Amino acid sequence: MKKNAFMKQLSATPYYVWAALFIIVPIIYVLYYTFTDANGSFVLFDNFKIIEHYSSTFLLSLMMAFIATVICLLIGYPLALAISRTKPVTQKILIMLVMLPMWINFIIRTDSIAILLEKNGLINQFLSIFNLHFELMDTRFAVIVGMVYDFLPYMILPIYSVLTKLDIRLVEAARDLGCNAFQALVKVIVPLSVAGIISGITMVFVPCVSTFYISQRLGGANTYLIGDAIEARMLSISADYNKGATLSFVLMILIVVSTLIMNHYSDEDETGTAGGFMA
Amino acid sequence: MKNIIVDLKNISKSYDGETVLDNISLYIRENEFITLLGPSGCGKTTTLRIIAGFETADSGEVFFENKILNDIPPYKRNINTVFQKYALFPHLNVYENVAFGLRLKKVKDEEIRNKVKEMLAMVNLKGFEKRNINTLSGGQQQRVAIARALINDPKVLLLDEPLGALDLKLRKDMQNELKNIQLKTGITFIYVTHDQEEALSMSDTVVVMADGKIQQIGTPTDIYNEPKNAFVADFIGESNIIDGVMLEDYKAKFSGQVFECLDTGFKKNEAVDIVVRPEDVDVVSLDKAMLSGIVTSVTFKGVHYEIIVDIGGFKWMIQTTDYVGVDEKIGLYIEPDAIHVMKKSLYSDMFGDYSSFSDELEKLSDATEVIEE
Amino acid sequence: MRSSKIYIALCFVLLYAPIVILIFFSFNSLESTGVFGGFSLKWYEALLQNELAKEALINSIIIAVSSCIVATVIGTFAALGISKIKSKFFKSSVMTVTNIPMVNPEIVTAVSMAFLFMGTLASLGFIKNDDTVDMISLLIAHTTFGLPYVILSVLPKIRQMDKSQTEAALDLGCKPIQAFFKVELPQLMPGILTGLIMAFTMSFDDFVISYFVRPKSTVMTLPLLIYSMTGKGTVTPDMYALSTFMIVAIFTLLILANIAGSRQEIQASRQARKLRKQQEAKK
Repeated sequence: MKKNAFMKQLSATPYYVWAALFIIVPIIYVLYYTFTDANGSFVLFDNFKIIEHYSSTFLLSLMMAFIATVICLLIGYPLALAISRTKPVTQKILIMLVMLPMWINFIIRTDSIAILLEKNGLINQFLSIFNLHFELMDTRFAVIVGMVYDFLPYMILPIYSVLTKLDIRLVEAARDLGCNAFQALVKVIVPLSVAGIISGITMVFVPCVSTFYISQRLGGANTYLIGDAIEARMLSISADYNKGATLSFVLMILIVVSTLIMNHYSDEDETGTAGGFMA
Repeated sequence: MKNIIVDLKNISKSYDGETVLDNISLYIRENEFITLLGPSGCGKTTTLRIIAGFETADSGEVFFENKILNDIPPYKRNINTVFQKYALFPHLNVYENVAFGLRLKKVKDEEIRNKVKEMLAMVNLKGFEKRNINTLSGGQQQRVAIARALINDPKVLLLDEPLGALDLKLRKDMQNELKNIQLKTGITFIYVTHDQEEALSMSDTVVVMADGKIQQIGTPTDIYNEPKNAFVADFIGESNIIDGVMLEDYKAKFSGQVFECLDTGFKKNEAVDIVVRPEDVDVVSLDKAMLSGIVTSVTFKGVHYEIIVDIGGFKWMIQTTDYVGVDEKIGLYIEPDAIHVMKKSLYSDMFGDYSSFSDELEKLSDATEVIEE
Repeated sequence: MRSSKIYIALCFVLLYAPIVILIFFSFNSLESTGVFGGFSLKWYEALLQNELAKEALINSIIIAVSSCIVATVIGTFAALGISKIKSKFFKSSVMTVTNIPMVNPEIVTAVSMAFLFMGTLASLGFIKNDDTVDMISLLIAHTTFGLPYVILSVLPKIRQMDKSQTEAALDLGCKPIQAFFKVELPQLMPGILTGLIMAFTMSFDDFVISYFVRPKSTVMTLPLLIYSMTGKGTVTPDMYALSTFMIVAIFTLLILANIAGSRQEIQASRQARKLRKQQEAKK
């Protein structure tokens, strides 16, 4: 029996090799570029000087991602709750419909938002009936709309998967003990779905804060986010790998710190962020 | 006498420095229905797992038909197991579950078909072949588990608390059924349970275990009537266990009185434990009484009343068909053959007083036992 | 109750409005996305003649299929091994590393991968882009971000599996290897399949990582092709036609899967009802 268990433990070896080569080594590369200059010589914190230059970019990214996440939560939570209260068959269909847009490439999805918001797009065509016209494209508003639209399903699914497992008798017990519908929601349902909320927030916030396509397509020159900065440092003619690495490194630290803070408030197990999504 | 089929010699086992089995020796004969009985953590399941081959003993030998079995892996042992929660394969239907062992032995399809049919008939599951495991009730799953094990013609069948998950009525039915199957097939059954009633009603031999040691081996009647120590007396049925002194052969003194008894072989004035079963005490008028006490509680149990009587500060449990009132002073009479004298042991003074007894507590401790396992 | 239904309806209208409009304009006779010039299938015809799109689609499929298979095989064995680790510290370290590609923003993973291939390939002598090398790089990158999904969907299935299942298999005569294939693997299958499907979709849909891994690469995947079009202004409607086609395909697949699933459920509930009746009859 023991030999059997040992063999099984060995079966993870290819993965360990893979993870070392393709997860850990690349991170070491990022660290290497962060702490060296273009000639490869070691510079301690020289590269971090550009952070000052990009501080407003970082702030804008965090703020936009924050707003988009809050909107997703405000739309997504009630929707997840409403879906979890329908008949099982309806639930299945509705959840399928929530997941379906995720299979459409997010570039196309972002593009479809652009179709709506354009100068001669459908919204403005509709508004022209009332002789109104808004410049919706190339605004921060458009970027927020794009973020919310692209990542809303990532908020709904984990919250739904927690709510659907929630024992309805707990709510009944709360009602029995004198809670009104709203109190039952605030005192029982929301606290019990914290894990789903946290997981939803991370799954929306992380891609929002690091996006570069949405801001390019919908925000124009108005909205330069940290993702755009990294893309420019890595891929444009003016590429500077050391600065690109430094920006990525700072972004990574930001995300790790905020995820750690978030996880501190929930008792997630090792399945982590994907748990709710896959269930 | 039948041949010995399984022989455990000086088996010890510990996990992380904690001794689970402490030098156990036990032999099991062919065609025997033997039960390992004890509270959770007593080592009964570990003993079973060592026989099955899922665990290896730290020291000691396991013999099977006089051959040493220690290093033989479970799949080469002619022993099969009925698992606690059945461990039926959820991805296979009833037929494939039962056929599993024969398929591995590359038995011909037709023979498999016949044997599965025969087995399902034996466990009263005719026509269940194509059913999904998850659509079966607990009792039906239990039967499939038995059929799946028995189809391999094992010399020994191990059953690990097989009825634990069933409700009371079904458990009684299955007890009878299991006993019948055992008699019909003549296979040696090694049965593990913490339910003393189950052990007494089904077994040829009962092995009472506690703290990794065998406390007593005997027939159900022996175990009930002649418990070897306070643990066995308390674990099997209800007992009043009183400190006493063996004055000489046939004379025991307890509760301030000298009683005639049938026990011999103790030293003069040896301190002993006295066991008196609640049903063996008669309630009599005070003038004919050997002992007297005040009734502190009366519970109606259907066939009889269960009363708690305070005799000089020690609370006795007595079962009587006559009604007595609380706070009434009553007389008690004990026949010589109702008194059983035991040597003092580790377990003396731990059991036997009913001062804190209540049904509720008893149930609570049962519940925790189920959860732990 | 009614207000919640209205809310659900409203949300779905918002969620699907852009998609419906996109489908609508894929049938436009004009190239505009503002003016509908009449119904036409010309963008579907254009799509069929679009050699670039065909090549990109084939590349996407090759990469998605092979990376999800590699990720599933390595990931399943990894999950089996990880579940047997005794040391708490080692286990949590392994899980932390596994979580890195999922917790990290895609762009950071992308940058780190870009450095890896840049550095290693340069030191191996591949300075210029080479289609085979780029393809293999993409494969490795996609497998890497697919792996955590496989591991994290197989691990809970291992934990759920009753330990006595394996013992029962050994007890009935299976050698350990037979026990694995006959009893353990079939029970892990749902988790393995979930992981496989997730790794496939993640790969098929990936833009950010493919975009960074081999800059200047001429190996196109569908998302890369669509992106390269947006660089020239707008996506041409034949891409809407492609998206429409994919939406319909996925929708059909989901419905079929659901019908199959509910059929099984109906059968199961029928059997359960029969069982209940039998038991009642006995009483």
